Formats: sequence, C-alpha cells, structure tokens
Amino acid sequence: MSVVLKAENISKVFKLGDVGSATLTEDIRSAWYRIRGKANPYHLQASENDRLTSGSASDYVWAVKDINFELKQGEILGIIGRNGAGKSTLLKILSRTTSPTTGTIGIKGKVASLLEVGTGFHPDLSGRENIFLNGAILGMRKAEIKAKFDEIVTFAGVERYIDTPVKRYSSGMYIRLAFAVAAHLDPDILIIDEVLAVGDSEFQNKCIGKMKDVSQAGRTVLFVSHNMGAVSDLCTRAILLNKGKLVLDAPVDIAIKEYVQQNMQIKLGDKASLTDSTVRRGNGEVRYSEIKVLNSKGEESNNFCQFDPVVIKLKAEIKKPVNELMSSFVLRSGRTRDIVTSTKRNAIDVRGKKPGDIIELTYMFPRINLRPGVYETYYWLGNRELETAFDVVDNLMPPLIINLPENSTEVLTAGYFDEQFTFEQISG
Amino acid sequence: MPFRQLKPEKLYICAILRKKQLKENKTEDEWTFVIKPEKGLFDLRLGELWAYRDLLFLLVRRDTITVYKQTLLGFFWFIIPPVLNSLVYIIIFGFLAKLETGSDNIILFYLCGVISWGYFADCINRTATTFRTNASVFGKVYFPRLIVPLSSVLSALVKFGVQFLFLLAVILFFLFFTDNHPNIQWQFIWLLPVILLLMALSGLSYGLIISSLTTKYRDLSNIVPFAIQFLMYATPVIYSYDSIPDAWKWIFDVNPISPMVEIFRFIFLGSDRLNFLQLSYSIGFTAVTLIVGLVLFNRTERNFMDTV
Repeated sequence: MSVVLKAENISKVFKLGDVGSATLTEDIRSAWYRIRGKANPYHLQASENDRLTSGSASDYVWAVKDINFELKQGEILGIIGRNGAGKSTLLKILSRTTSPTTGTIGIKGKVASLLEVGTGFHPDLSGRENIFLNGAILGMRKAEIKAKFDEIVTFAGVERYIDTPVKRYSSGMYIRLAFAVAAHLDPDILIIDEVLAVGDSEFQNKCIGKMKDVSQAGRTVLFVSHNMGAVSDLCTRAILLNKGKLVLDAPVDIAIKEYVQQNMQIKLGDKASLTDSTVRRGNGEVRYSEIKVLNSKGEESNNFCQFDPVVIKLKAEIKKPVNELMSSFVLRSGRTRDIVTSTKRNAIDVRGKKPGDIIELTYMFPRINLRPGVYETYYWLGNRELETAFDVVDNLMPPLIINLPENSTEVLTAGYFDEQFTFEQISG
Repeated sequence: MPFRQLKPEKLYICAILRKKQLKENKTEDEWTFVIKPEKGLFDLRLGELWAYRDLLFLLVRRDTITVYKQTLLGFFWFIIPPVLNSLVYIIIFGFLAKLETGSDNIILFYLCGVISWGYFADCINRTATTFRTNASVFGKVYFPRLIVPLSSVLSALVKFGVQFLFLLAVILFFLFFTDNHPNIQWQFIWLLPVILLLMALSGLSYGLIISSLTTKYRDLSNIVPFAIQFLMYATPVIYSYDSIPDAWKWIFDVNPISPMVEIFRFIFLGSDRLNFLQLSYSIGFTAVTLIVGLVLFNRTERNFMDTV
C-alpha cells in the first residue's frame, strides 16, 4: 500500500491571552527576528501544552509539537487524546484551515475535511440550494453534486422539504441533510472530527455504516473522537496525543488501553479534576468530593471483566444547606447513548446538614453484565424535581472498561445485559 | 572473516529491495500538495481558483438571491436605494445648495454618480469583512480563500447590472420622451467596461488590504465607513470637477477614483472630463494596490484563524 499522507515534525505555536497593544510590540519583535533570518524568540520559550498548569513564564504554547506519522491508502486512523491534547489543532493543520509553525505534510489525492457538518449553510436558502452550496464548499463540482443529488436527498430523508428554506427545518432534519451532503463526498482522504455525535441513534448507525463503506472503497480516513466505542469500531490504527505530543502510534485496541490508562493517572478525586469546578456544570450547592470505582477486592480500578462485581462510591460535600438531594449516574457507550441509568429516584433527606458535611453514596453492581467495551461515566447531583443540577461530572472521570471474562467460553449474545442485571443505591 | 560475503541471490534480493525503496521514495515526492509553514509571497495558486469556479458562482447566486428572498418587491430592492439616494442628493445638493454640476440633466448627473460610486463602495464594503464574516466557514473547510472576495465583487456586479439597466431605461426615457437629450459619447463607449473593471479591481484591492489588516487588530475596521464617506466627498460624485475651488483641485487629481466616476458620466452625459493621463494614473495605482492586496491577503489567509 502506498503512503498517501506523511506528516513530518508538525508543530504549532499558539499565543494565549488577549490581543492588544502588548501583542503589537511582540509582533514587531518577531518580524524583526524573521527578517534577520533568526528563530522567533517567543517560539523558543513556548511551553508545552498543559492546560492545568497556570502562571507559566511564557504566553506561547505548543499546541502540537513534533508530530510524525504516515498514513497508507485505505487505512482508518483514529486520533485520540484528552481535551486539549492537540487533536483538533492537528486536524486543522491537516485540513489546511491553519498552517503549521514548523514541519511539512505531503498529501496525495483529494482531501475533504468534516470538522463540522453544514458548513456554509444559509438559513434563507432552500434545502436544494444548500446542498449545492455546501457541496461546492466541501470541494465538489456542480455536475458531481447533480449526479448525486437524489441519493443525498434520500439519505437525508427530506424529500418533501427540499424546496423549503432550511431555517424551517427541525434541527434533526437540518443535521441529516448536512451530513448527507458530507457523506457523499468522494475524497481520497477524509478527515472527520466527531461529527458522528449528532442525530438520533438510527441516523448515527447509518453514518457509521456509511463511513465503513467509505473505507472499504479504499479510501483513507482520519477520525478524531472521544467516543472510544466509535473509534474501536471504525479504526484499525490510532495515534494517541498528550499535551501536544504524539505518545503512541499503535493498533487501535492498544492505543485505547493506553489512553484509558493515561486517564487513570488523573486519579479519582484528584485535585486536578474534582476540585476544579470550572469544567463542571451545576450551581455548586452540593459538589462531589470523591468518586471511586472499586473492584471486588476494594481496590480502585476502572478495568473490569464482564460479570465482575463493581462498586461505585461517591462522596458529596454540602456547600450550601439544601433540603433534598438526588444522585444519579449514567454509563454511556459513546457520547449520547445511555446504557445504564440509575433510575432509583429516592431523594436523600439532607435537612439539618451543614456546609462542609459529607454525604456518602454507594452503587453496587453484584455482577456487571455489560458487553466488553468502553463506557463513559456521567454523575449528576440535583434536587428531587430534577430541575436544578448541583453538580455534573460529565466524562471527567476515566471511562469504565469492560473486558471479556477470563477463560470465557461463553458466546456473547447481542444486547447489553441480561435479566440478572441489578444494582442498588445505598445511601449513607 | 571480517566481511561476510553475500551470496549472489541475496545480493539480487538486496538490489530489488533497494530498487523498491527508491521507487517508493520517488512516489513520495509526487505529492498532490505539500503543507508548509511558509508560502511564497506570490504563491497565489490561481489554478486552484479555477478548480473551485463552481463555488464562486454558487456564492454569487447565494448573495444575490438572499437579498430578495422573503421580500415583495424582490429585484427592485437593488434599484430603490440608489434612486432614494439620488433623490436626496438632487434635493439637498441640487435644489437647496445649488452645487454646480456642469450638466443640463441633473437627474442623470446624480444617478450616474450614485450608481457608479455605489458599485465601487459596494466592492470595498463586501470584501473588507471577508475574514471576519466568514471566520466560521474558513475555520472548518479549506478552499481557496480568494474565492470569497471575488464572489463579493461579482455579486456587486450583478447588483450593478440591475441598476445599470435601470439607468439605461432612464436614459432612453430622456432620449425619446423629452427634449433634454443626454449627450451620449458613442465613440468612447468602449471605455465603459474598462471603467467597470477598474472599479471592481480597485474596490477588491482596497477590500483585500482592509480585510487582511483587520483580522488581528480591528481598529482599522472602525475607520472604514468614515474613510469611504470621505473618499466620496473627495471624488466628484455630487458635484463636478469644475465647480471645485482651484485650491482644492489637487485632492481630486490625486484621488485615483475620480477619473472612474468622471469618465462614467462623460460617456453618458458628455459632462465632466475625459483625461487619459488621469486614467493611466488610475490604472497604475489600481495595479499596485491589487498586487499589495493579493500578497497581504495570501499571507493573512494562512494563519488568520489563530487571531481573528
């Protein structure tokens, strides 16, 4: 197989902070160095991309640094990494919406990038007009769009509305139409950024199916996602980014394991994540102070086998006196598919608790019967009416990994769980 | 034995591998394109523009039809603003201030001035905000950025076309239904496309320069509306060149837009001046600004997403 994309030493510097008169001085200084053919002094002192450290000496940051990789024809490469690891920057460089600070990328063939669906849609134009406009923006010729027009409309399922302005579309229809155009692109290399996390599940499956078709037709795909399920479904190989650097280039299952392992390092209840309320929603009247997932030995873990017992221990700190508290957690496969939701809605009476008091909660799965895979976690604290959220920990904790049971001879059946699936909420 | 002797068949395999490697290296050099940090000043990739010509026309179509979508008067909205503008100028500058126009037909004088100036101003206004108004699209998809300002200029041309038809209708009205015949200069009618191209290109180049300079520091974009207004008063749009006091005439001589408006009116009314020296100066000036504009735009396009 021939190499269709080769990235060498890709780096990109970003300037933090606001643009103002101070940056003008820096610009002039940089330009002066450039004219004399010297390296930019600000780039030399740029620090590594780590959003958790503050007060670093330099306002310049390497969003990505020294990325090298090759892509062969027909490969589906996943790009994974935590938020801010540089995935999107890398995609932007590859899709030519911004240029690298150093390094070169050689690309063979036509590239289409889907960093968003429906780019350039005009609300006043009809579906038909937008198909043509959007298609042309994505690099299709008019004749090409014409030839695929009926197929696009059928795929989106909007035949009746095709001559109505898209501003009158439901958001679902709008996204389906947008994705339908994108799905009918015929590039040699396709760059996709998590656009699959849209639409209802039926449409999502349709999209994943379409992407599989694309790859089987010998096209090369670069896929960025937080959805480990989709990544392991689609990709054969993955590269793992951390703080702007490429840390692993490996078959997809190894890369995902490493990614999850890496996430484990932000330990549960660690200061970096659980005390940082800026990334959390909710009004903060009650906050989770500790979230632990324990195995049968009582050790913290997130790596389980099917049918293992799993215990989730939560601690919540009262910050302001409230009357009642409702706790809920969700296990998700992918961004939007809730697999397990704790439906017991017994509010916990916390009258008389003072700020600083800790509430303990335990969820127990005597025998977790989820199919092997990666499950994101979502924890929610709020009032009884489910109107007010006190705290939301949405995919900030490491995902739960379920492996095949050891020496399993059992044939896995379709579906996620059997009738023995139980869990309890034990309030403290 | 210090050197291991390779058997002939092994040597043969080595040669094949080597050859294969060379071949692979060779194909790797045949990239469709290479992304690099720096791009040459004049690396404008005009061939790529041609590949995206369909997008250009679809954008023009979008800009044109969204103007009259959901309106009752539709296409008339291209004509109504210049008509109202001309009316205001006729009343204020013609009747109240009694400015010298040097033409017998005051209606056509103002209409010609407003429409021709309007085309130029429209070209600047539309292109000047290219980066900022399209940031969301530019940040997501790559296509030659120059397509957008070009489509702006073409959309302005469509609008101008409609206005021009209206102007022709008014001229025909004066020719056939009144005694106040406009003095059309048939022998110079060939200058019309030259003037239009010149207006489009100068509007485009100023717009390119402004849009490139305003992505990072937005100060300039606050001055643009005033600058265009001042420039209009420094151009013989609402008065003739002859009516300007001699002490101020140099401003109008230096202004490269003056000859465009003047010649436009000269062609249809026979008023104003036709000065080929002025016109050549205007062409030269536009050529320089166009090159500056293209180079600046080309430089900005690469990294503006980081600062816009």
